[in-house]
Amino acid sequence: MTPTFKPQSVLELADYVALGGKLEVMGSGTKRGLGRPLQPETAIDMSVFKGISMYEPEELVLEAGAGTPLSDIEKALAKNHQQLAFEPPDFSKLLGGKHKGTLGGLMACGLSGPRRIKAGAARDHILGIAGISGRGEIFKAGGRVVKNVTGFDVAKLMVGSYGTLAALTSITVKVLPAAATEETLVFNGLSDAKAIQAMSLAMQSPCDVSGAAHLPGTPSQTLFRLEGIQPSVVYRRQKLASHLKIFGASDHLGEQDSLSEWKAIRDVERLSADDARFVWKLSLTPSKAAETVARISKQLDTQYFYDWAGGLVWLGVPRSNQAYAYIIRKCVEDGHATLFRAEDDVRERIEVFQPQTPALAGLTKRVKASFDPNGVFNHGRMYKDI
Amino acid sequence: MLKMPEADLQTLKKRASIAAALRRIVPGEGVIETATEMSVYESDGLTAYRQLPLVVVLPKSTVEVSKVLRYAFENRIKVVPRGAGTSLSGGALPLADGMVLGLSKFNQILEIDYDNRCARVQPGVTNLAITQAVQHRGFYYAPDPSSQIACTIGGNVAENSGGVHCLKYGLTANNILGLEMVLISGEVIRLGGKHLDSDGLDMLGVLTGSEGLLGVITEVTVRLLQKPETARVILVGFPSSEDAGNCVADIISAGIIPGGMEMMDKPAIHAVEEFVHADYPLDVEALLIIELDGPAIEVDHLIEEVSAIARKNKCSTSRVSTSEAERLLFWAGRKAAFPAVGRISPDYFCMDGTIPRKRLSEVLTGMAGLSKKHGLRVANVFHAGDGNLHPLILYDANVGDELARAEEFGADILRLCVKVGGVLTGEHGVGIEKRDLMPIMFTEADLAQQQRLKCAFDDRGLLNPGKVFPTLHACAELGRMHVKAGKLPFPEIPRF
Repeated sequence: MTPTFKPQSVLELADYVALGGKLEVMGSGTKRGLGRPLQPETAIDMSVFKGISMYEPEELVLEAGAGTPLSDIEKALAKNHQQLAFEPPDFSKLLGGKHKGTLGGLMACGLSGPRRIKAGAARDHILGIAGISGRGEIFKAGGRVVKNVTGFDVAKLMVGSYGTLAALTSITVKVLPAAATEETLVFNGLSDAKAIQAMSLAMQSPCDVSGAAHLPGTPSQTLFRLEGIQPSVVYRRQKLASHLKIFGASDHLGEQDSLSEWKAIRDVERLSADDARFVWKLSLTPSKAAETVARISKQLDTQYFYDWAGGLVWLGVPRSNQAYAYIIRKCVEDGHATLFRAEDDVRERIEVFQPQTPALAGLTKRVKASFDPNGVFNHGRMYKDI
Repeated sequence: MLKMPEADLQTLKKRASIAAALRRIVPGEGVIETATEMSVYESDGLTAYRQLPLVVVLPKSTVEVSKVLRYAFENRIKVVPRGAGTSLSGGALPLADGMVLGLSKFNQILEIDYDNRCARVQPGVTNLAITQAVQHRGFYYAPDPSSQIACTIGGNVAENSGGVHCLKYGLTANNILGLEMVLISGEVIRLGGKHLDSDGLDMLGVLTGSEGLLGVITEVTVRLLQKPETARVILVGFPSSEDAGNCVADIISAGIIPGGMEMMDKPAIHAVEEFVHADYPLDVEALLIIELDGPAIEVDHLIEEVSAIARKNKCSTSRVSTSEAERLLFWAGRKAAFPAVGRISPDYFCMDGTIPRKRLSEVLTGMAGLSKKHGLRVANVFHAGDGNLHPLILYDANVGDELARAEEFGADILRLCVKVGGVLTGEHGVGIEKRDLMPIMFTEADLAQQQRLKCAFDDRGLLNPGKVFPTLHACAELGRMHVKAGKLPFPEIPRF
């Protein structure tokens, strides 16, 4: 067991970090299985930095401690019919966590759900941060307003940095109104290639699609979510159906079915149940997704589905020593592949994140050092030594 | 007046040999060295500041940019990157001992990919040209800064430009997918692409808004959006700015995110009306221009809802555009606000603070007080939806100390913005204009951390020095420095 240090204040944490060592920054530990495994000397329990310190619905802004459970934030937002528009996924089933985790963990891993195609990713919703650098210095960046170009956008850099740059204590995010209602247009039986075409056409239409996914199966389902006020949703659903009529007849899901369908897509439930498989997350040029998946499936026994109109593929492959990283990365030409679920020893052995060019790897190393010169935080979580 | 770093005499002496070396990399007309020809480059949109550069180089390819930067790196010559030079914060102000690296020859749209809703463009392409190239298919590029006819996409990335539609559609940072950039070392790096999430650390996010301090952008992949089916504007006048502010808050609280929501105060309304005759009401203290977009059925519904909210907030006039021509006329006034103010004053400074929306009336009252204190007039245009305020300070540079007073007035306004929880700049950038105000918003520790990040990209401090940061620290010094509880051992270090 790794010993845990639980700071009582920002100052205490800063002093502790300044002493150095190899530390793991931990919210509630639900995403420990992401990235490369760590061998820290001490885990820092960030749960003391908890609670919503500012929430102004009419200003569309919320500030909370990084250790605040995401469920607390979503509850507070729901009271005002607002949301984090990037649709934070709940990977507790996929990764075996007890709950959804914390705001800090979510931002550190930069995770976004199906609405990413319309509303942007987690990084598009962060406004400001405060935290401790690897030098043990307290610093902040950004602010509480949407429009802000004062200094470098260090807040964005924190999103998806897997805690390798700083231990965030406070995070300010942009929040948005939740839609009044939603429906989903469904096409049955499309091949992957046809579905990719249909999703591309839908995204080129003015129908304001907020989710576009394709679930292979018998029959396959290609789903388009429309959100907004009721008359607009109905109008756009009918318009989209007619726009896509070359793909055949369509059906639709009402609000409740639509909600649960997109939750399942968001949380990758299709691949959560089957523990026997490793799971890859492929970020692809949408129009090339079907051919990429076909190339991989020619060589491997795969289970998969498409989100983000093809820009995101969740891919399950059989267990193996190398998780078939070589084959998968060779097939992914325009995009990148992340090993999302596998045992520690596998994630230790292969590059979990897409290997970088020497120039970018060098820059990444220098950026890491600019925040954390001695490699105190989550050392090696993203790449070797980073 | 703000000071720039002292020029290095050794570099100035070597001017001819530097120009010759650059000519070997970029032959022909790509190197400009006579004072007459270089005068075009002596300032940007912040025209109160002028400086002839050492030399101007206009490369045509990424390879040439890479070689120029490598040469600058090896010979320790400063580089000021430049797009169209429309920056309002002095971001492209030349240095006497530095070369201006102009991207004007990078003016091609390389690829338009409707299937993936994106376009690959060179950085010298203008913002509007992107929309013009795709609008026949119903697409557009969302960020629309007022200077969109002239400003380039490379400059938009460097400044993270916004526009009137960014409350709903985001800033530049939210609308680009990929970049090609060249580091000062000459290394070429590609970030992101046509896929949605770029891998590794979010360098794309850091580069956007980095004001030419981190790298030179040589290609941008932008997202293209499909135009909403309809858009209508509602023009609402209020007897007080407080009522207008409350109306904005109530619209957002009702869950409505308009495509654009702009506010103008009385002096701005009058200046604009005299100039473009947009038929704005003249007997109101504040005017809201609210655009609602989407399918007609949705827009009609939202217009009703917004009208009701406006009535509840005591609006004195309310008009809805009934045709596309009228919608454009309503916007024409707002879009001409800067030149309109230019007509009623020989000079003006355009400020750019952002505030939490609900503090608006307090800030406007404070600004009226400051106007008296400094003896200068001010007109306000305001991106009300996202809290981005553009006070226009009217002055005459030829009259006594008006320029100095205008600068002091501007600084006071920005101090006020920060005091109420806002920031120094919403979309125009820090540049030189707000450089010395950075400590109002950031501690020494915050600034030291940002400068260390700069060092990760440019450890010799050659890219656009003298901009953004009030104090130049050598990277080695930043490495040793430890900022305890936000304070440096010697807080009174001189600012240049």
